[in-house]
Amino acid sequence: MKSFSGKALRWEWRDGVVELTLDREPANEIGTVMLADLGEFVRAMKTFEADTAVCIISSAQKRGFSAGADLRELYHGAIALPAKERNSGVRRFVEQSHEIANAIDAAPFVTIAAVHGVCFGGGLELALACDIIVADKMARFAFPELRLGLIPGFGGIPRLKRDLGNALVRDLLLTGRSMNAARAHAVGLVAQLAAEGEALKVAQSTAAQITKFDAATRIAAKKFAKPIPYEELRREIEIFCELFERPAVLANLKKFVESTDAMPYLP
Amino acid sequence: MRTLEQTTQEVVDLATRHFNVAAGSLAPSDDFFKKLGIDSLQALELLSRLENHFGIELPDYEVQGVSDFRTLAERIQSRL
Repeated sequence: MKSFSGKALRWEWRDGVVELTLDREPANEIGTVMLADLGEFVRAMKTFEADTAVCIISSAQKRGFSAGADLRELYHGAIALPAKERNSGVRRFVEQSHEIANAIDAAPFVTIAAVHGVCFGGGLELALACDIIVADKMARFAFPELRLGLIPGFGGIPRLKRDLGNALVRDLLLTGRSMNAARAHAVGLVAQLAAEGEALKVAQSTAAQITKFDAATRIAAKKFAKPIPYEELRREIEIFCELFERPAVLANLKKFVESTDAMPYLP
Repeated sequence: MRTLEQTTQEVVDLATRHFNVAAGSLAPSDDFFKKLGIDSLQALELLSRLENHFGIELPDYEVQGVSDFRTLAERIQSRL
């Protein structure tokens, strides 16, 4: 399936490059609809991966790449379940998100996240599953999960550790602060900085360069340079689910969902 | 080194341009959430613009609870 238009995203294949565009209001929150469409993409990858060199993931939403997990859906979904079934419901959601991120991480083609605006929580984790992050100067990156009494649950910590090391993980994770694009570029999280609104164009130019290389060499190089930390990813799921069992997490989610605070995205 | 007054004026001028409001319509003591009707993500956009303009990093937790330009400028001043 070389083109698709779902409820939360669309993709189009052209000349060896797939452009996947996240497009769900207000800020590409990752809930069941987004995961279902991403799952559709992962299943479709088999049909075009042989003649694909690059996939660019970007957002059509003005506010950014993705604000992360759909906390409203997570809260309402959790309270709708009897307490003893709550954890298995959350585990299914997290397992599904890991399957998708792992498939994108291991894709035989090169993946580029073209980021603008907010790239928080699950949004950052999706970007981290990609091989290269291109960001415009107004992009911001954060792991704000600790404010909810949780850790990132879509593979963010093992992947950030893999790519940049533990010190940066601790800074972002333990403070919950957001990092601007210039700093993210300085520490190596962002490979290329683009002018405001130009991330996709820079990603397309990068993709055009990558398509020149031999496919077998590209696949071997990526596999060698980007081992997937499966063991740590499994551990992350367990820690996330253990933390989610605590009543404080539901209380924090409730507070977020009901907040009239002008800055609920900040920890 | 900028004075606090200069920093405050630059913050007000930058917000005026970023939110495309009439020149002179924002004052240092204004509550920018109320005056501009902005939400948390728009506040983060302003934060990015301020960080890029002043060449600093201003952690979110330092501006949490800050709602007027003068206090925001004080936080920036401490990072210059």
